[in-house]
Amino acid sequence: MPERAKVSTAWAAEAAGRPGPAQDGGTGAVACASEFEPVIGLEVHVELSTKSKLFCGCQAAFNAPPNSHTCPVCLGLPGVLPVLNRKAVEFGIKTALALNCEVASFSKFDRKNYFYPDLPKNYQISQYDLPLGTSGYVDVSVDGGMRRVRIKRVHLEEDAGKSVHESGTITGSSFSLEDYNRTGVPLLEIVSEPDLRSPEEAYAYLSMLRSILRYLDVSDCKMEEGSLRCDANISVRPKGSSVLGTPIELKNLNSFRAVEKALAYEFRRQAEILARGERITRETRHWDESRQVTVPMRRKEEADDYRYFPEPDLVPLEIEEAWVNEVRSTLPELPGVRRERFMRDYGLPAYDAAILTESKDLADYFEAAVAAYGGDAKAVSNWVMGELARLMNATGTDIRDVRVAPTALAAMLKMIDDGTISGKIAKTVFEEMFATGKEPRQVVAEKGLVQIVDEGELARIVDEVIAENRDVADEVRAGKDRAITFLVGQVMKKTRGRANPRAVNRLLRERLSSG
Amino acid sequence: MRLYELTAHELKEKIERREVGVEEAVRALLDRIAEVDEAVRAYVTVAREQALAKARAADERLARGEPARPLEGVPVALKDNMCTRGIETTCSSRILKGFVPPYDATVVELLERAGAIIIGKTNMDEFAMGSSTENSGFFPTRNPWDLGRVPGGSSGGSAAAVAADEAVAALGSDTGGSVRQPAALCGVVGLKPTDGLVSRYGLIAFASSLDQIGPITKDVRDCALMLGVIAGHDPRDSTSVPRKRCDHLKGLVPDVRGMRIGVPKEYFGEGMAPGVRAAVGAALKTLQDMGAILADVSLPHSEYALATYYIVAPAEASSNLARYDGVRYGYRAPGCPDSVTMMTQTRSEGFGAEVKRRIMLGTYTLSAGYYEAYYLKALKVRTLITRDFDRAFEKCDCLVSPTSPTVAFRFGEKMDDPLAMYLSDIYTVTANLAGIPAVSVPCGFGEDGMPVGLQILGRHYDEATVLRVAYAFEQATDFHKAKPVLRDARAGGAAMGGTAARGAAASGDGSGEAGGGPTRKPAGGEADA
Repeated sequence: MPERAKVSTAWAAEAAGRPGPAQDGGTGAVACASEFEPVIGLEVHVELSTKSKLFCGCQAAFNAPPNSHTCPVCLGLPGVLPVLNRKAVEFGIKTALALNCEVASFSKFDRKNYFYPDLPKNYQISQYDLPLGTSGYVDVSVDGGMRRVRIKRVHLEEDAGKSVHESGTITGSSFSLEDYNRTGVPLLEIVSEPDLRSPEEAYAYLSMLRSILRYLDVSDCKMEEGSLRCDANISVRPKGSSVLGTPIELKNLNSFRAVEKALAYEFRRQAEILARGERITRETRHWDESRQVTVPMRRKEEADDYRYFPEPDLVPLEIEEAWVNEVRSTLPELPGVRRERFMRDYGLPAYDAAILTESKDLADYFEAAVAAYGGDAKAVSNWVMGELARLMNATGTDIRDVRVAPTALAAMLKMIDDGTISGKIAKTVFEEMFATGKEPRQVVAEKGLVQIVDEGELARIVDEVIAENRDVADEVRAGKDRAITFLVGQVMKKTRGRANPRAVNRLLRERLSSG
Repeated sequence: MRLYELTAHELKEKIERREVGVEEAVRALLDRIAEVDEAVRAYVTVAREQALAKARAADERLARGEPARPLEGVPVALKDNMCTRGIETTCSSRILKGFVPPYDATVVELLERAGAIIIGKTNMDEFAMGSSTENSGFFPTRNPWDLGRVPGGSSGGSAAAVAADEAVAALGSDTGGSVRQPAALCGVVGLKPTDGLVSRYGLIAFASSLDQIGPITKDVRDCALMLGVIAGHDPRDSTSVPRKRCDHLKGLVPDVRGMRIGVPKEYFGEGMAPGVRAAVGAALKTLQDMGAILADVSLPHSEYALATYYIVAPAEASSNLARYDGVRYGYRAPGCPDSVTMMTQTRSEGFGAEVKRRIMLGTYTLSAGYYEAYYLKALKVRTLITRDFDRAFEKCDCLVSPTSPTVAFRFGEKMDDPLAMYLSDIYTVTANLAGIPAVSVPCGFGEDGMPVGLQILGRHYDEATVLRVAYAFEQATDFHKAKPVLRDARAGGAAMGGTAARGAAASGDGSGEAGGGPTRKPAGGEADA
């Protein structure tokens, strides 16, 4: 249930004037924080990646010219009626199942009434008392252990439009414009129980949730594009207490890091207040990213009354067991299960398994490469998490757009194994493969990177290097063993890395001990 | 008989036989409107040019030898809450003044596909909230039988247009009786179909779970003809029911022998005008004489119907009408410093008093802490009312009652007393709450010679029985042939509004001049402006 940032200027001013808590955990904060624990629940909204909107046939696309994806229905013109998008329901069921929820056999839609210019009907079609899914859970790995985070509910609703203010802020503008492209895009709201006990756990939960949603292919979960949004509820209580404190709702959390930082800030702030023996006021607070503080938005006592009532323009949603089973049969192996399997079947460390399975595409890539390679899975993992990840990060490439086929990576690894290329050369080869999409054999041939396997040729180069560096050779002969690395380096340089360093080392020793 | 006096099926036959051109028919109606609408004021918009263009296109079709469609060339009026592409649609509200929909309601598409010509949009109580058309944001419509009286409402414009021969047929919408009550008060036929039978797509919502579009016609055959055109499943309306289309004309047999007709005692209690009681009593006798078996039945929860209705309808309305905020279309209050002020001012200035009253009622009953006590309880009573009907229909094929407790009242008579106005719907709201079909058919004349309607209620989707009984009754009587006398208002005739019962069976007549002329200013008519 997205609410808008209605920042009361009076409150904001008051907040600005009030000295805030220590920003970087002053000693006092650390001391008192250790006596308290935070209780955190997250409310996540994800835009479902259906082709069309929830109640009309308009495209649900991001970044289109303003109001180009609108029709009488999503504009809420007089007389129009909503028609439920079955695909959105299917995505909702899929998600509910993946989050171990009970899928309602009888669900319905309700109207949430509030006035805002970006909401064309001035009500949002949402689900109130009979949501699509209830009572689920997600297992999240935290600090080496596992935490089961219970999911309270999963429900479908329509997104609102976007207000664009002339000068960027509502107060400084003489007019505002409305873009209704986003209006009616299906949103899935996923509400957790207050089961998270640290900002880090909140981060880990969000990551796991995103991972699951992407595995399901129901949302692209891009927080920067608003396709994943998160509000947090946090209360603080003395460690060991089972009583819940006064919850504070946090808004304007625009990244996973922001969620973590705002919760950390809020935990310290509340712990300090409690340590002073004062009470927490129930309110909604806004995360100020530039100042890295939370500021009050409005008191919760003034909370709007949304006057929910059943949407009379839609019939109740009856979900047959057969449909649920059909959707269940399409569920992919989910990240948690896959991570376990990677550790078991491939002998990977937990760290590798977690990273490789976070994204389905990455995990698929890894498994395809392992299958084509047939050798040590850990070697594949090292390359995927090492060079591949480094190049992807450096170039901002998504795994789906990587030009190195898993089979090509496997072929390259085999070339290392059979001594065609050295591990060092392989990095060069891989970079070229990444940039051009060429097969490793082609890169090696074109660049003349084949390892010199001919002993005679290598011996000739070794002799050359010894001849050119007589003084160093003498040092080695005199017993200064470490000087040999310089000579190895010179041979590698001459061969542009195509020599096998171990062979070079052996040849040098043979010559310098007999000479 | 003049062209504008014909029924839809009569006119269509003439057009089909090429005796009359479509443009000729449309011009006859436009001329009739020009002649009498200054007095009746049934229309808020006459779509003259569009209608003539469509008429010429229809004539060309026919000239090419294409077969006549079911409503070929029939000029039809629409209540101004049905969206018409390119024709202003206002719900008779200042807040929608200037709104020209970019799309057609499903019923409009269906009518035009069947060959009907939309000639204009009729006046109504603002957003269909009212029972007299006095709540129009523009002007009140007058009852063609007596220009000093209301035509009923909220589809008063459509009923008056049909009664005054300003439209061959019309559509209205019925949320609590808004088709049947004005049809009764204007002496024409009005049907509220089963909930979900006719698509609501493009009908500007008042109370979504109660709203239903229905025909207002000169006789029952026209009613069946219109229903056949507009009924049917529409994928754009999720509450529209997927059912096979049926030809409602085939079931029109003038025979009720052996049919069991229930007479609910709760509908014949206090508050009914003696003239209405007499006319309805005579109608029951007629049905009995025709061979129907009358049975006393009880609908015990009827006494809660009006209260239930006035909780459910305003609650839904308070939400449905939230979109009129000046942001996107319609009226916007000028000179506001910010959006909140603009929305508040727009709504304060744009809505009339009755609309505001109902928005406030609905907002209140949906509020936290009151929802369970009002809205939720009303939904439960609604279920009980539906069960009452289910039980009654176990023993009866249909039920009969008066449509309205009184004949048409004078302007201003009930404007200061909302509760008295709400009582006009006491016999009609139950059909909406239960979602069953109900028709009002003329059954005589009551106080001051004003028309009285007989309501026939049927089982869900059993329009066939309802229409058959109405048809049989109509064929056995002549009330539907009676027409009010309207002279050219432009000539300043003083005798307008008198009754001239051309049929033999008109009863309770004798006050032909009771209505007063067009010069009489309707008292309180613009009180809401």
